[in-house]
Amino acid sequence: MITTIISPCGILGYGFPLASLEAAMTQSPDAIVVDAGSTDAGPHKLGAGTAIVSRRAAKKDLSALMHSARSAGIPLLVGSSGGSGARKHTQWTLDIVREIAREMDWQPKLAVIWADIPDEAILQALEAGRIEKMSPNVPDLTPESLAQTNGVVAQMGVEPILQALDEKPDIILCGRAYDPAPFAAIGIARGHDPALCYHMGKILECGTLCAEPGTAKDVMLGRLDDTGFEVWAADPRRRCTPVSVAAHTFYEKDHPYLLKGPGILLDLSGCAFTQAAEGRVRVTGSRVSHPAYAIKLEGARRVAYRTFVLAGIRDPLLISRLEEVEAGVERSVREYYSDIPPESYEIRFVHYGLDGVMGEQEPDRSLPHEIGLMFEIIADTQEKADAICATTRSAYLHYGYPGRKSTAGNLAFPFAPSDISFGAVYAFSVYHLMYVDSPTAFFPVEWMEV
Amino acid sequence: MKLYELAHVLRSKNSGPFAVTLDILFDNQAAYERVKRSGAVTPAKIAALYGIPVESITDYALYDPGLGIKITYLRDIASGTARDRDVYGAQQHAPLMDIEIP
Repeated sequence: MITTIISPCGILGYGFPLASLEAAMTQSPDAIVVDAGSTDAGPHKLGAGTAIVSRRAAKKDLSALMHSARSAGIPLLVGSSGGSGARKHTQWTLDIVREIAREMDWQPKLAVIWADIPDEAILQALEAGRIEKMSPNVPDLTPESLAQTNGVVAQMGVEPILQALDEKPDIILCGRAYDPAPFAAIGIARGHDPALCYHMGKILECGTLCAEPGTAKDVMLGRLDDTGFEVWAADPRRRCTPVSVAAHTFYEKDHPYLLKGPGILLDLSGCAFTQAAEGRVRVTGSRVSHPAYAIKLEGARRVAYRTFVLAGIRDPLLISRLEEVEAGVERSVREYYSDIPPESYEIRFVHYGLDGVMGEQEPDRSLPHEIGLMFEIIADTQEKADAICATTRSAYLHYGYPGRKSTAGNLAFPFAPSDISFGAVYAFSVYHLMYVDSPTAFFPVEWMEV
Repeated sequence: MKLYELAHVLRSKNSGPFAVTLDILFDNQAAYERVKRSGAVTPAKIAALYGIPVESITDYALYDPGLGIKITYLRDIASGTARDRDVYGAQQHAPLMDIEIP
């Protein structure tokens, strides 16, 4: 048995060269699978229900993929629809797919697999001691924090996708999914070794990132057979080497050869990577074991509001005494707003050029000739953040420090107005494993009309 | 020799919102073996360099087929929330560059 899968790009809406897709379509593919998800952009997308990519870009990519899938008569699978894969994100993707299908005058057999986990189920599991943190620095999950969380999703494994594949669909839109799962499901449904299917899925889900030169914006191919799999980029200028493919499992993972997923532990320590042909790598020896089945829960909640200012500082006298000046600025603002509870807001100064990127972990403490200053007010309401930010800005601009020569102003603002009212700040309030009896019960498959 | 002169890839990135992972990858066996044997890249040395407790390092692994070393540590502040400085964790690798490899 041979199974060939096309992965057009690392995130749906990142785009890919149409010539690459056309070249890939000549390789007798059995499915097109594209991952749409990531938590990399932070908790805001999940918390606020917004997408990672623009609607225009998502539609552009989906349109090309739907046309290709339809003409080849192969299924199209989308993982973690809309980025975060909650109902709102998945519905957003479904609306785009319906719009394109109508434009194509096509009635595809269309499944949606939802990945929203009801609060009651989480509370029951919490009570039963079946929930654990992903790491010790994750906040405690309590009924209160859950109530403040704007919906919880979980990463589905292959099982709900296999259920949908049984019905021979044209399109499956998955809610939040373990990134390799939609890829792996295609191979597993056709009888391939699951270890190879997951490993190949892990490589394919990032587009051609494992090739050199690598990018998440180009088309990758993977082909499973009875003893291993091969991967290569549709554009022959992007070449896979044994090292580039072996090293790919480092990417965004905590461990390079032990990879955890829903109900699986993938062990790549015994893998062999060989150059099968120019730019093409063959992989064998992937192994999988099946620990107790747990799904990863993700949820975000609003924690604050923010207003911030960007400004430059060029005066060396000021640069040499930033700490003292900023302590004075903060003191004057807090005195002025003595009517506001002091713990309800925070004034925070970040110094690009000094330690803006690394903060306390910055080993190099030398003073630069210029500072990029960002200061922000984090408060419990937007109105408060705006008001305190304006007062902080004027206090900083005119603050008179000992030895000051530049008595006209301390800050160079690049913009007018200078204060940016940012809106809500979110945090991941749920990032936990939940042990479940059924890999499918929380991921209902729903068949949709166009 | 400095680590950045020997490594093919030196990068940092989130591994989920609560951890940052550092990857040191090589394009030749000799450079990988040299760094691996040097004892210059260990959890204790990384913890000291980053000013973090060694217990914050949750994974330290060498993967011979990938010619790479990986160090994963827990974030003080989770990705994208208030007080974070690097949402993708993509610029936390720079202190590795100047590690002296005998």
